[in-house]
Amino acid sequence: MHVHRFERLWLVGALTLIVLFIGTVTYGAVGAGYGMVDDTGGEVDPTNTTESENFRSPGVYNGSESDHYDVYIEAKQFLFVPGTSDPVRVPANSTVTFHVTSTDVMHGFEVVGTNINTMAVPGQVATVTVEFDEPDEYGLVCNEYCGNGHHDMEGSLEVVPPAQFNESGVN
Amino acid sequence: MAHPHRSETPQRYEKEETQLKDRLAFIDRYPNAARVTRLSLGVSFTALTIGAVLGIVQALHRTNVFRGLISSGDYYSVLTGHGVLLALFFTIFFLTGIFTWGTSRSLGRELPSPRFSLAWFLLMLSGAVMTSVAIFGGLVGQIPFSADVLYTFYAPLQAHPLFYAGLAAWLVGTWLAGADWIRTYYHWRQDNPDERIPLQMFMIMTTMLMWYIATLGVAVEVLVFLLPLSLGLIESVDPLLTRTLFWFFGHPVVYFWLMPAYFAWYTILPKLSGGRLFSDPLARVVFILFLLLSTPVGFHHQYADPGVPEGFKFIAMTNTMFLLLPSFLTAFTVVASMEYGARQRGGSGYLGWLKALPWGNPAFAGCALAGMMFAAGGFSGIINAGMNINSLIHNTLWVPGHFHLTVGTASALTMMAISYWLYPQITGKRLQFYGVAQIQPYVWFIGMGLMSNAMHRAGLAGVPRRTAEPQYTQFDFAPVLGSMSEMRLQIAIGGTLLTLGALMFVFVMAGTWMAERGRGRLRVDSHLPEPISGATDSPRVLDNVKLWFVIAVVLVAIAYGFPIYSMVADGVFNPASAPFPV
Repeated sequence: MHVHRFERLWLVGALTLIVLFIGTVTYGAVGAGYGMVDDTGGEVDPTNTTESENFRSPGVYNGSESDHYDVYIEAKQFLFVPGTSDPVRVPANSTVTFHVTSTDVMHGFEVVGTNINTMAVPGQVATVTVEFDEPDEYGLVCNEYCGNGHHDMEGSLEVVPPAQFNESGVN
Repeated sequence: MAHPHRSETPQRYEKEETQLKDRLAFIDRYPNAARVTRLSLGVSFTALTIGAVLGIVQALHRTNVFRGLISSGDYYSVLTGHGVLLALFFTIFFLTGIFTWGTSRSLGRELPSPRFSLAWFLLMLSGAVMTSVAIFGGLVGQIPFSADVLYTFYAPLQAHPLFYAGLAAWLVGTWLAGADWIRTYYHWRQDNPDERIPLQMFMIMTTMLMWYIATLGVAVEVLVFLLPLSLGLIESVDPLLTRTLFWFFGHPVVYFWLMPAYFAWYTILPKLSGGRLFSDPLARVVFILFLLLSTPVGFHHQYADPGVPEGFKFIAMTNTMFLLLPSFLTAFTVVASMEYGARQRGGSGYLGWLKALPWGNPAFAGCALAGMMFAAGGFSGIINAGMNINSLIHNTLWVPGHFHLTVGTASALTMMAISYWLYPQITGKRLQFYGVAQIQPYVWFIGMGLMSNAMHRAGLAGVPRRTAEPQYTQFDFAPVLGSMSEMRLQIAIGGTLLTLGALMFVFVMAGTWMAERGRGRLRVDSHLPEPISGATDSPRVLDNVKLWFVIAVVLVAIAYGFPIYSMVADGVFNPASAPFPV
């Protein structure tokens, strides 16, 4: 079968580009250490999230190491707990793991302007681990349609100087 | 395969075209196929009209330009209607129309049974009507129907049973339509035991085989889980499992939208450009790649999902990247065919040949502009496919910005453009309001340019998709490029132009529909010139569609076998979620 010379060149170029794209993604995962949301968070009963060991009562907890924190967040129609009524507060210069689940329908959990962006699926726990270097304020937004009040589902995340972050902020 | 022989072409077309059978309009040669095509396109354009009107309501509501028509709660009924009517009914009724035409045209014979053809059409139509009634019932308080579940209908959100029953009926109709075309092919094969499958028929068959594999996911989701749930026969579902079954179907459906456009770009656009298709065998290779790779990629819609192991996301990512290959090959072949046509028309120079193309012919202009926007949509799609960078734009306005370039332009604008060429042939009527048709593709192109670029940029700032009021009290968006008010303005103006463009198209079609037959000779005919490189001496294995089908099934089993097994192993309904009617 005859393939025109230009077409062969184009084919080789396209394949090279594809391999490069896969290479950059692989580098992101292996080299830069970007971890995807996956199945490590485990499953929970959506109507009783704290029943299994995969989830704790919503709030901020001290983590396994000194500057590590765990934040447990429940998404529900149409609020984040914590996040909507009270901001989520974590200290700067810390490593934070968010554990996010939903108690009713699908929701999204997006920290606006960052790459913290996961689905909140009833029955599943999404875990995202990130580092916060500087004090800042971020918005939280539900980015998956969850019912007729979806557009009201928002919240905030405050990264405060370590000195201001007292242990009362921790459950 | 032979090299192009440039000298012999022009005379050959004229000789072929003067044969009597080529002068007869398609409607006179294949009245049954023409009728089914007309009916399908009629439903398609009706869905387009309604969907486009809903589009401007959303564009103005979201951007807070005008919120007087609907409440923010009703926005989601409108959004469901926009998604389902355009993504499923406009596109796929167009597909059944053009594939019916292509089957008869390329095989040179009628569909075997007018009654069977009408049966699948009516089944699809009744399903579409049921689903639409359920959706629009949500806008009327007195009607106890609603289906504000959006086009993706993720459980445990729950629609009225009519919504799911209609989808199921419509889906079975598409299966029967495919059976009708493939049956026609087997009849042809009995009379032509040694010939290569005609190119259009080959495209139709590979597309339908992909569809049979892909729709298995949504059929199980609807019939085993969501319909019984909405009828109260079961009490709960596993939301991750039903979502996975949806995306098993939800990515290949994208190619079901695109394949009619590719079909047109490969087989009709070269003629509209004044030339011939560059390579028939490579067109076959492209469609085989789509059959193989369209389905085992669904997890790229679930990169942000818990419960799916990273390794399977990675497999979906690599498959998705390789799925770029057939589109890259298409870009080459389509541009090469257009350049060949332009040079036949007297064009010259490195880029000067572009000026020789028939930009005033709405069928050509629409296809060419759609192809250009598809290139842009392809690049934003590469970002979506990039597993880790996807986190920046997942579920933001970037995503609808992307797919309004692909399904919303590559598919939709090509479908409209090809209708300017096809509709006269299946009605025997000259296209009316030609001047409106000539401007229409450009209106669409400008509208989409405004809307889509702003949506992409808003998505980068984190603005979510699928929301009635993307304005929040606890924080402000910090755009990287441009300002929020400028983006809102571009989306509102762009959305308005797009609705206008759709209505201009419908105006031309309705005018042609109501015109009388027999006012002069048609300006168009169904004759398609032979490719420069024909099928004859390409490997016969390309036509072995059964082999490709089996390989496609194996690839799907690799991509989906373990994840679905692990979701089902802990109980089909676990972890259990009770339904939330909306």
